[in-house]
Amino acid sequence: MGSLFRSEEVCLAQLFLQSASAYSCISELGERGLLEFRDLNPKVSPFQRRFVGEVRRCEEMEKTFTFLQQELRAAGRLPAPCPESPRAPAAREALRVQEQSEQLAQELREVSRSRSSLRDRLRDLRQHLHVLREGQRFTSLPVGPGREPILDPSLHHHLDRKINFVAGVIHPWRVTAFERLLWRACRGYLVASFVEMPEPMEDPATGESITWVIFLISYWGEQIGQKIRKISNCFHCQVYGYPESEASRTEAITRLHGQIQELSVTLEETEKYLAEVLDKVAQVLPTWRVQVQKMKAIYLVLNQCSFDVTKKCLIAEVWCPVRDLTQVQDALRQGSVSGSCFVQRVPTTESPPTLIRTNKFTAGFQSIVDAYGVASYQEVNPAPYAIITFPFIFAIMFGDVGHGLLMFLFALWMVLYEDSPRLRQGTNEIWLTFFEGRYLILLMGAFSIYTGFIYNECFSKATAIFPSAWSVATMANHSSWSSAYLATHPSLTLDPNVTGVFQGPYPFGIDPIWSLATNHLNFLNSFKMKMSVVLGIVHMGFGVMLGVFNHVHFQQRHRLVLEFLPEMIFLLALFGYLVFLIFYKWIKFSAADSRVAPSILIHFIDMFLFTSNAENLPLYPGQVPVQMVLVVLALASVPVLLLGTPLYQWCRQRGLTVGAHDFAEIFMHQAIHTIEYCLGCVSNTASYLRLWALSLAHAQLSEVLWSMVMRNGFVGLSYVGGVVLVPVFAAFAVLTVAILLVMEGLSAFLHALRLHWVEFQNKFYVGAGYKLCPFAFAPDTWE
Amino acid sequence: MVSLLCCGPKMAACGLVLSAWGVVMLVLLGIFFNVHSAVLIEDVPFTEEDFKGGPERIYRLYEQVSYNCFIAAGLYALLGGFSLFQSRLNKRKEYMVR
Repeated sequence: MGSLFRSEEVCLAQLFLQSASAYSCISELGERGLLEFRDLNPKVSPFQRRFVGEVRRCEEMEKTFTFLQQELRAAGRLPAPCPESPRAPAAREALRVQEQSEQLAQELREVSRSRSSLRDRLRDLRQHLHVLREGQRFTSLPVGPGREPILDPSLHHHLDRKINFVAGVIHPWRVTAFERLLWRACRGYLVASFVEMPEPMEDPATGESITWVIFLISYWGEQIGQKIRKISNCFHCQVYGYPESEASRTEAITRLHGQIQELSVTLEETEKYLAEVLDKVAQVLPTWRVQVQKMKAIYLVLNQCSFDVTKKCLIAEVWCPVRDLTQVQDALRQGSVSGSCFVQRVPTTESPPTLIRTNKFTAGFQSIVDAYGVASYQEVNPAPYAIITFPFIFAIMFGDVGHGLLMFLFALWMVLYEDSPRLRQGTNEIWLTFFEGRYLILLMGAFSIYTGFIYNECFSKATAIFPSAWSVATMANHSSWSSAYLATHPSLTLDPNVTGVFQGPYPFGIDPIWSLATNHLNFLNSFKMKMSVVLGIVHMGFGVMLGVFNHVHFQQRHRLVLEFLPEMIFLLALFGYLVFLIFYKWIKFSAADSRVAPSILIHFIDMFLFTSNAENLPLYPGQVPVQMVLVVLALASVPVLLLGTPLYQWCRQRGLTVGAHDFAEIFMHQAIHTIEYCLGCVSNTASYLRLWALSLAHAQLSEVLWSMVMRNGFVGLSYVGGVVLVPVFAAFAVLTVAILLVMEGLSAFLHALRLHWVEFQNKFYVGAGYKLCPFAFAPDTWE
Repeated sequence: MVSLLCCGPKMAACGLVLSAWGVVMLVLLGIFFNVHSAVLIEDVPFTEEDFKGGPERIYRLYEQVSYNCFIAAGLYALLGGFSLFQSRLNKRKEYMVR
């Protein structure tokens, strides 16, 4: 049998690795991803392990890589993911990688530093140039209207004082405060003028582009000058020297021009060199990252091995699937130099981990089973049956052809384009969840189309694929309904007892005439309730039967007679009989005896109470004694279930000394199991009625949506009605997707999942295992 | 010349899906209304007057509703074409801006 039926055989093995070839062997095993390593040094702290030095070295390299990555990101480049997966490097190669990475990081740091200092200097020079240029406008301009006059030394030479200047650059937000303070501190003895810089420049502190304001203060008096300088200092202004004579100013401007030119050229060269370095980094960084990640993983695994001093080799304890032992031996031979490493199987009493190999189709179903509990070692796996039962139970709660078709098409799109990188690399978690379950949704949609045809619902409208079996004309002719009669009776009855009115059952599904009937729900409720109970009991019975495989496999054949048989008898005698009654009544009774048809519910209640109701006719002759026998049989199976297995085990081990409290535990466990099973049978059967409840809710929601939204689009009779129908349909579509597909879909999914996890699986599944997590190099993930 | 691109890629895709669904469903509804399907009687906007004198008046009402459905389907076809055009423009923009 394939491994989906039950988990694979996994054995404990020991690997003997020579110290020299341990690294390459583990590297080889990691590439194949077969084994799970067990930690043989659990009590040793990470800092005392054998290979802590190498791990530290890897982490240092990773730190360098992070720095390089940040630099790349700051420059706006994204490193491409590594195309093929490089192998873990040998020791010499690792050393080379370390040296090269450190060298590149050093170079990058230096170049970045020189570039930023060059930029600062350039900015400074340009600001100085602007100050001189703008200031020149003031000092060489004649006094014009509307402009605050600046004392020009040539005009006011009669004043026996020397005019000095302070020029600089100030942040635009501080201008008014600066001006006010200057006026208050040195009133009258200075003239200040402000003008905006023609081009915005970067603020060194915050990096944002600001239009600075140039100020030129002309003052006289030494103390005033000191005050002004102190105030400018407080306001974080950049002050530049302002030469007094025109000639020196022009000379300074030309000099600055020259300096700026040189500096720009140097800066360009630096930027070019930086770009080259970044290119180099972007090329090698992805491969290095993967290599160092693998190296670190290998050393972490080697840290888990124990060192045997006598044989001078490392011993690793692994969980290995028995099927892969030869492959492991192969890998060891490839990795080791002289073929000196080998693997040896070791017996153990511990429970091995569970390994179930899945493909892309079965992985979704296995994951919903594992979400509740991973199968115990070699226990029968419910997943292969869930492939069919889960979508089917979902579809019973969701049955609608239109909605099913939409769901099916959505899943089909995801399945057909599953290899497209755009779909695979989505980052939205909710989208990824839907994408992982695309095969589930595909089957759910397909099954919903089927149940939609059974319920005869397509966007809440019935489809008359076959002609309806009910004939209104025959009934009208038979009853000779007059116009007066029709006017006074809003609701008319089609009596199937009249010949010709009911011509036989509809070939597939429910007759479309029911969607026009006022007692639609009465009929449908009865049908759906009985259907839910039947399906529930079949599902649970199947679950009990799966337990047989467990009993046989684990060599506990006594449980077949002492547990499986009483469980089956209890379930079938009571609830199997109920299923029989349902089918019997459907077959045996027809519309002719509908007035005297017996009620199954009353019969079932009377069966347990050992009473009988005179008005409730028996379904078949001899019903009462049959029921009595069944109830007695069911009650008799309870003590067998309760005491059978514990007594058997006690008899088996009567010779050996076993502690009394051990048996108390076994009895207690069996008592809990019995009570859980018997009460569970009743409550779980009722629990399956959620199939009816949810399908009713879905049908009603669907109908309400149609009648309250879509019907408004048909009201307009002129051709404008066609235009009105466009937004009405859009609203209908959006609400269908949001409410009926997403909300109802998730709800039905949840309830189907609950029915599987609780009602089905508690009949046979233990689910107390743990998964085999093989040591494999995880695909590289970029932050 | 103002840019013809007014929808993003996701909106264009939604428009395309909605239009495709609208065209298919409204054409089918139109056909079903045209053959006077009894199941759709509740959706036909009849009044008390229409029930006098045979089924002809009800049939005309059915047909009127079916023509409205076809008109809406045609409008959705136009909307679908517009969405397709927008998604093509988006694809082209993706290639050019690199």
